[in-house]
Amino acid sequence: MTNQQFEGDPIEDLLPSGAVLATRLADGEWHRLHPATPLLRGGIVFIVLAGYAISSARQQLIDLFFGAPHAHDDGDPLIFITAHGRLPIVLLIIAAVLILIVVIFYLSWRVHTFRITDEVVEVRSGLLRRSLRKGRLDRIQGINIVRPFFARLFGAARLEIDVAGHDANVRLDYLSSAKADGLRLDILRLASGTRQREAAEASPDGRSFASQRVADFIAPELDPNFAPPESVVKVHVGRLVGSILLHDTTFALLVMIALAAVASVATNTVEVVIYFLVPLVLALGGFLFRRFTKSLRYSIASTPDGVRVGFGLLTLSNETLPPGRIHSVQVRQPILWRLPGWWEIRINRASKSNAKGADAQRNTTILPVGNLDDVLRVLGLLLPGTSEDSAQVLRRGIVGSGAEGGFTNSPGRAAVIRLFSFRRNGFAAIPGVILLRKGAIWRELTLVPEARAQSIGISQGPLYRALRLARVHVHTVNGPVRAELGALDKDAALGFFETASLQVVSAVATDSTHRWRAEGSTA
Amino acid sequence: MTDRLNLPGVEWRRVSPKYVWVDVISTVVLALVLLAASCLPAFLSHVALWWILPVVVFVIMVLVIAFVPRRVRAIGFQLRDDDLLFRRGLLFQRFVSVPYGRMQLIDITRGPVSRAVGLSDLHFVTAAASSSVAIPGLPLLDAEELRDKLVALAETRRAGL
Repeated sequence: MTNQQFEGDPIEDLLPSGAVLATRLADGEWHRLHPATPLLRGGIVFIVLAGYAISSARQQLIDLFFGAPHAHDDGDPLIFITAHGRLPIVLLIIAAVLILIVVIFYLSWRVHTFRITDEVVEVRSGLLRRSLRKGRLDRIQGINIVRPFFARLFGAARLEIDVAGHDANVRLDYLSSAKADGLRLDILRLASGTRQREAAEASPDGRSFASQRVADFIAPELDPNFAPPESVVKVHVGRLVGSILLHDTTFALLVMIALAAVASVATNTVEVVIYFLVPLVLALGGFLFRRFTKSLRYSIASTPDGVRVGFGLLTLSNETLPPGRIHSVQVRQPILWRLPGWWEIRINRASKSNAKGADAQRNTTILPVGNLDDVLRVLGLLLPGTSEDSAQVLRRGIVGSGAEGGFTNSPGRAAVIRLFSFRRNGFAAIPGVILLRKGAIWRELTLVPEARAQSIGISQGPLYRALRLARVHVHTVNGPVRAELGALDKDAALGFFETASLQVVSAVATDSTHRWRAEGSTA
Repeated sequence: MTDRLNLPGVEWRRVSPKYVWVDVISTVVLALVLLAASCLPAFLSHVALWWILPVVVFVIMVLVIAFVPRRVRAIGFQLRDDDLLFRRGLLFQRFVSVPYGRMQLIDITRGPVSRAVGLSDLHFVTAAASSSVAIPGLPLLDAEELRDKLVALAETRRAGL
């Protein structure tokens, strides 16, 4: 079978028995979603409303059956209805509305279908306003499986396929939980450009995985068969709590509270301080709480189809980022994390999941807290192909300073604007990756894979000109990580600009990660 | 002047000198708006000292306008073998190198003043908002020719994100 045929033919011709793919859902035909979908998507709100109506009508019902002397008509529609004997009509209307809603839900479920071919994933939906969403498989930035608490009761899961672009994800909600896992495997396999032969070899693995979903609630968050255990980095609860207590935000919060306490004693007023403090505590406390819950049972592991990040206690979520979808990586250390030697890792990605339930942190913080060994292991997962030498350079980049490890640092005259960090402030390169190291108090190291850099820039303002300095920029897709480094020697910066732009050009030309398992790619 | 950023051996293509007029007119408009805004405190407070503010704004804007020709001359670009090189800025210098394969789209825009003198702006858009390569002041024919050339170059070096 030639590659030409594989590209051209619909996939079901090539995979007739269904033995190759883990599920039959990725066969290029239109499929429907989990039957409980309407209930899970909006029905729960409806049930809650009904429950509310019944509970608030309880008093009226009691009055009705036990013969209240007279209903007091004070504008409550329920009282009005019972007092004027219109209850049967109202009940009839409610029943009609209920039936109508059920019919609409059923019809919308009927027309909400999806299909996955070897090129695209498509979802069409809508009764009156038809919509069709299409995502190209080679532009997939990540596939996320979310299992909200209610959906887990029904054994359902939501599959979010992120394609490049802002809020450009294709959602399949909901699928049965086991099928979601299998389907993700299939989509990744189709997207990876795997030939049929390899896929057939991989299939027993996939099948066993599909039948793995036993005892959903007690099963470990990450299937031990799925990723080799030595590639798994976990975050323990104790460390997570510690990391939040020592976080800069907590520190800021305590300082604010202390200031407010001093202010209230000094001015002998409480109200103003409370007005100032309460929203602040709510906001910062909420941030820390979300950070905590989003990092519970956190694990990050390497799979053949990319990095897998999972977390969650009641609502489970796990996401697979195929190779080459990480545009920049930043290792950084809030100041108090220095004591235990902890770090966090953030990344930039070309897509953002739908805002629902997905805070910025989930999308961009890939390691909420870890020690240096964890960090190096996660960097190994995020930037595959790093050798022993490179690991040494990375280590120097995280904790070191000076020229060791091939870093080009700021010159001594830069101490005027980088008083503490001028010896640490510098750049280096390991094969395929640009390293920017900065900060002596808030230490951070930014890594950009050359194949992902969009452009290279260099800039200089009047102050820098007077000091013969310049700033270099590595432009990547938008995100929390900004890859730029100031206070570099002018000529060193120009040299960086020249070599980095050549490197990026050649890395872009040879990059093949959009079909990461296709023949000819190194993976 | 040796401390300025410069790339040796690069023959820069410059933008049309007529762009000076476009830039001057838009800067004058901006200056008038700023002047009017800076007069407000003086009008509202009747404190004579506030009149310093519009004077300062006026002096700064005159300087900005005086340097427009040099700023326009500082804009340059070059099509190298594999990337587009772009520079601009006099006081705040900025150089960008964008590989052709990174092109997502090319925009040609023409403001009212630009149109009057037959110029247009070309934006080279990548997946990174911060790349922001915008070559102003190109004659329309040149801009269209450049666009077609860049699109063709990007096509031969097509890459993922």
